[in-house]
Amino acid sequence: MASHEEPGNGHSDPDGGDQERFDLRLYVAGQSPKSVQAIENLRRVCDEYLPGRYRIELIDLVEHPKLARGDEIVAVPTLVRRLPEPMRKIIGDLSDTEQVLVGLQVRPAGGVTSGE
Amino acid sequence: MGASAKRRGGTRVESRLPKAASGIRGFDQITDGGLPRGRPTLVTGASGSGKSLFGMEFLVRGARDLGEPGVLLSFEESAADLRQNVASLGFDLARLEADGLLVVDAIHVDPSEVVNAGAFDLDGLFIRLASAVDEVGAKRVVLDTIEVLFSALGNEGVVRGELGRLFGWLKDRGLTTVVTGERGREGQLTRFGIEEYVSDCVIVLDHRVSDDISTRRLRVAKYRGSSHGTNEYPFLITDRGFSVLPITSLGLSYGASTERVSTGMPELDEMLGGGVFRGTTVMVSGSAGTGKTTIAAAMVDAACARGERALFVSFEESPDQLVRNMASVGIDLHRWVEAGLLQMWSERATSYGLESHLGRLERILDDTAPSVVALDAIASLAHVGSAGETSSAVARELDLIKARGITGVLTTLTHDVDVQSSALEVSSLIDTWLLVRNVESDAERNRLLFVIKSRGTEHSNQVREFVLTKDGARLVDVSVGSAGVVTGSARAALGEQQRAEAARREQDTAARRGALARRSAEVDAQIAVLRARLADETAALDRRVAQESGEAGLADMAHTALVDARGDGPRAEPVQGED
Repeated sequence: MASHEEPGNGHSDPDGGDQERFDLRLYVAGQSPKSVQAIENLRRVCDEYLPGRYRIELIDLVEHPKLARGDEIVAVPTLVRRLPEPMRKIIGDLSDTEQVLVGLQVRPAGGVTSGE
Repeated sequence: MGASAKRRGGTRVESRLPKAASGIRGFDQITDGGLPRGRPTLVTGASGSGKSLFGMEFLVRGARDLGEPGVLLSFEESAADLRQNVASLGFDLARLEADGLLVVDAIHVDPSEVVNAGAFDLDGLFIRLASAVDEVGAKRVVLDTIEVLFSALGNEGVVRGELGRLFGWLKDRGLTTVVTGERGREGQLTRFGIEEYVSDCVIVLDHRVSDDISTRRLRVAKYRGSSHGTNEYPFLITDRGFSVLPITSLGLSYGASTERVSTGMPELDEMLGGGVFRGTTVMVSGSAGTGKTTIAAAMVDAACARGERALFVSFEESPDQLVRNMASVGIDLHRWVEAGLLQMWSERATSYGLESHLGRLERILDDTAPSVVALDAIASLAHVGSAGETSSAVARELDLIKARGITGVLTTLTHDVDVQSSALEVSSLIDTWLLVRNVESDAERNRLLFVIKSRGTEHSNQVREFVLTKDGARLVDVSVGSAGVVTGSARAALGEQQRAEAARREQDTAARRGALARRSAEVDAQIAVLRARLADETAALDRRVAQESGEAGLADMAHTALVDARGDGPRAEPVQGED
């Protein structure tokens, strides 16, 4: 799997103009179950909580081992929130949506902060 | 993969464990060759104990000197910090990286910016490491404080399992690995127990401060399948990197020279059967002001006079003072300094710790490569550490000297009371031991020199008087008088007295001879008189005999007539008349 960019849902939401855009990078290692899981989970979370304002870059370290150094990747899968700053890292297959939202610092729909 | 690694290791333990030289000075000596090749070694210690540096030097020496490229994964410091830190030790990481001999990968994991959201593994680390290893064809790997992953990634169970997999992978790849770990509480080797993955070799570093002097120590806590010293070995972090200082008795493998070198005093050479063997160590002990320094200076002087290089280390005097003071007894050290043959190094032993002193000594020995070294007053070192530490420091000092085949002369201050038992228990490391002793008599102090021992030499058992003249140090035969050994002016006086006595005896004998001759003449005269008297008496007797025989003839005739007339009676013969 080559690294490739995947614009989130293909359109930018004019209503979300005042909201931050999320620039995300997901590091995986090959087609392991955890990798596949992570990709699916991430799409699901983004579509639900960040519709129209995210961008995912997928990097397979098996193919591009040197890219692991740039973002200090040790564990995989690792999701890196590059924007908005500051940078955040979420490790794991992203099956724990609650923790993914905490990590991304995204307000869950309904306006309640993640600290519920 | 772990199983195959284990099997391979297992068979080799039976024969001889293959080792990878660390290149760290002294370390390969105490471990009989270095670290277990192709296997992980744990280096643990408190923060600041030098464990990262150990790993770093292992890598740099391997890459630069031993043809084994390496990879450093550092979990604590940034690559820039690392480069800077080791640059002060003369290691040029950037250069080695540029030459494709080293990969430095600093892995920064900040727990505050990591959220755990599901199952993960450490494939990222594996991939990074594998990529780096392949990049330079690494044979060595250092994982500097990999333990931080335990706290950084949150899930200890996963990390533990993954580290197990990592070490299995490292062994499988045959990578000689150093893993550093922080010392845990209550004597635990590491905080997170990573020693469970490292069953082959564990090295413990320690940094102690006592009496304001810091000493670093290294101990091989475990080395499976290999002999190793179990002592704690002091080590130094010098501007040339790590330096472990093996205790001297570890290897007594110095070559033995049969060449004699002069002590600079012909009389002393004679006492020692022609000088001391090259590469041996002479200790001069004595109380204050006995001329120990002068003996040391004489040896140094003699070496320079032979055109050899020498080093004079003084813990008591500055070089200038020493030159001046030795000039007063006719030893001109200045010319040798000028000629570049003599290096002088003065240091207050108390200014630094013993360890750093040793480190600097080693360095000077390396730089100047002298053939004779004088250490003036090693007892000064005793102010720095405890007696045991000092002895061990002196022992290692001697080791540094002996291992290089350098002839050493060291002086030590003893007090007259315990003059035979050296204050520093190093006498067993000394080949030749000279003792200078003050003798007080007749309001004078004089010096006596003894050879207490001299290995491999038929040395004199005599005591000599040691005198310092303006032409240098000399030894003089002592005189033995009725009250024992006499020295100084008493010796001179005794000599005078003995000469007078001899003269008197000679006169006396002459007189006796004269008297005897006279007596002999007297006796001869008496004999002559007696003979004369005897002759007189003989003559007188003869005369008388003659006279008496005449009278007897007449009487005989008368008697015969008378007998005839009577007709009986025996013939009476006169009894006397034998002569």
